[in-house]
Amino acid sequence: MFREKKLANGLEIIAEINPNAYSAAFGFFVKTGSRDETPEIAGVSHFLEHMVFKGTPKRSAADVNRELDEIGSHSNAYTSEEQTVYYATVLQEYQDHAIDLLADIMRPSLRQEDFDTEKKVIIEEIYKYDDQPPFGAHEKCMAKFYGDHALGYSVLGSVESVTGLTPEAMRNYFQQRYSPGNITLVGCGQIDFDRMIAQAEELCGGWQAFDAPRDIQRPAVHHEFELIHKPTATQEYVVQICDGPEATDPDRFANRVLAAIIGDDSGSRFYWEFIDSGLAEYAGLGPYEFQGAGITMTFLSCAPQDTDANLQRLVDVIRKVETDGVTQDEVDSGAEQDNFAIGEAK
Amino acid sequence: MTVEKQFLGSEQIVTQQLHSHQFENGLVLVAEPMDWLESAAFAILLPAGYTRDPDGKLGLANFACELIQRGSADRDNRQFVEDLDRLGTDRSASVAASHSSFGAATLAENLLPSLQIFTDMILQPHFPEDEVEDARQVCLQELFAAEDELAQRTIQRLRHRHYGSPYGRRVQGDEASIRSFSRTDAVDFFRTHYRPDKAILSVAGKFEWPKLKDHIGSLLSEWKSVEVPDVTEHSPIFGYEHISFESSQTHIAVAFPSVPYADPNYFQARGAVGVLSDGMSSRLFTEVRENRGLCYTVYASCHSLKQRGSVVAYSSTSTDRAQETLDVLLHELTRLFQGVEQGELDRLKARLKSSVVMQQESCAARCSSLASDWYHLRRMMTMDEIKGIIDGLTCESINQYLADHPPERFTVVTLGEKQLEVGKYVS
Repeated sequence: MFREKKLANGLEIIAEINPNAYSAAFGFFVKTGSRDETPEIAGVSHFLEHMVFKGTPKRSAADVNRELDEIGSHSNAYTSEEQTVYYATVLQEYQDHAIDLLADIMRPSLRQEDFDTEKKVIIEEIYKYDDQPPFGAHEKCMAKFYGDHALGYSVLGSVESVTGLTPEAMRNYFQQRYSPGNITLVGCGQIDFDRMIAQAEELCGGWQAFDAPRDIQRPAVHHEFELIHKPTATQEYVVQICDGPEATDPDRFANRVLAAIIGDDSGSRFYWEFIDSGLAEYAGLGPYEFQGAGITMTFLSCAPQDTDANLQRLVDVIRKVETDGVTQDEVDSGAEQDNFAIGEAK
Repeated sequence: MTVEKQFLGSEQIVTQQLHSHQFENGLVLVAEPMDWLESAAFAILLPAGYTRDPDGKLGLANFACELIQRGSADRDNRQFVEDLDRLGTDRSASVAASHSSFGAATLAENLLPSLQIFTDMILQPHFPEDEVEDARQVCLQELFAAEDELAQRTIQRLRHRHYGSPYGRRVQGDEASIRSFSRTDAVDFFRTHYRPDKAILSVAGKFEWPKLKDHIGSLLSEWKSVEVPDVTEHSPIFGYEHISFESSQTHIAVAFPSVPYADPNYFQARGAVGVLSDGMSSRLFTEVRENRGLCYTVYASCHSLKQRGSVVAYSSTSTDRAQETLDVLLHELTRLFQGVEQGELDRLKARLKSSVVMQQESCAARCSSLASDWYHLRRMMTMDEIKGIIDGLTCESINQYLADHPPERFTVVTLGEKQLEVGKYVS
């Protein structure tokens, strides 16, 4: 059963209630991410996501961590190009405490000492991904494709941009983006929706509303090729991006099915061409839909000496789809996978 | 055997049924009906882990696991995959130390047809000669890809030193062996190790037990057992090893011996490691990451083989802070043995109880737990029993365990630009 409510200050509350569930999950979804940044503050959305757990006027950082564990929550947060999400899954009896805690940390103190320590953690996170395949190729390809547009910014930012960030810059960003009208509180599972509304009114009703606009004009895109040599890598990693449907485009559903037919993990055309044959360690293709923009990303990893031939095979697979289309069987197989995902979630 | 328990979970009375049945050929079927779901999951564990790789043929279990999926009964390689995709299965195949495992999760109505495809694979595999080269290439790709995963490489090397051979081997084997494998190697391995008497078939989700039991009985009654000698273990190396590598971070892995899952003290050890690493208020997260900002990732976990257990800890950080990170990590690992506190234990209990109840929402999670319980304990634990064990944990019981089991020796592996000082912790 779906329920929804909007507070006077614009905060939306939506829920899917399932009385058969054992747990309840709650999350604040903030419509802000790396596309809402400028180069000077690149990485601030993600850094702020970390700082949200560092305490409020009522709670220290240690209090937040301790209480999340005291209610036995499975909680985390993530940041993407377009949203920052904070969530906790708890047993039903901890609904009040979980919402109280999540709502409180959505108004963080952003204290200097916490900021300085957490900056080191963020920089280690950047270094961690530097060491992992595909060694930043995804971010570099996005940057090439979108040029100066903010969709091309790395979600993590760079060591330089994060080092240069200040609590004041983060506070400014917070005051421009964390408007209640830009936030949705979501509940799912065995929840008491009326109590959820009452709590949201009490805890979030006083949040000041302001405009938090986002430019969603379709950005210009660029077609380039870059080879980055990493002498210590064993495999070669190829990331390729092309235009795709944006988040509200009616074609997005057809594109998702097409992407699954060409580049899904199992049974797709790439699977038979590259994975089953062992020509590549991985070959996949997937859509990413943003507001006013969309991409389809191809990913290939294989032995360096095989890359040229594999890229040609990749082109041949796509060309064949362009000329001959896809079969009804392929479309049905994709639909069956979707059915399972829905059945499992019941 | 059927166990039925009622328990209070999140204000709901739930009846938990656990079924087990041993067929004449030795195969054990363990199952838990979860009627409130629309899905079901199964896993077949075969006693064909990488510890069974013959010397000089490392990676053979993985190669056999790859080749056996390439055609069976009236299906060729493509039909095998397409039939499973058509049934909407989310499937997996993997090789671990003791087992090769095949499993799938699917809509409840597709459980029996999916099981049929996998039982066909076990009883009537083709091992097609014309698929051998492709299977070899897949194994080589896995081997090469693992080289680029630095955390995995570090932990693999730690396992090698801490467990010795064969438990410390890497599943992918080595390049020379993989290049030498023939169809005959895979068939011989299959005939020797894909046997029912030490196999476990685990099912959880929406199904009817009598129908499932009869169905499995009729599908797998022809599966015959063979005698196989136990694996021979070689001594571990322990100590410290540094792998020199030009990387952004230094990867740090530490292990020390603990008790296996079947040990009566296992949950005392698990409780202690939980205080160390479960949740955002745990000691490692607080001391290494939150208070000092030394890393993004840090954790410790219990790892259990049938006869041996260990605690494995990992972190990664930039070169100039690696020594401090290792020092704090080792300090916290040893400080643990001075005891845990009530607040820490209370938080851990809340987290563990949540996890136990939430497992009831995932047939794949329950399926995995049933199989693991049977392998380690030869029985299944009910949720009531696990809750009782969690409730029974006290600071006194954990601290007594810690006092009685101080870490005898640490094994440390680092990978990065500079070797570190391990000092008094590693002899």
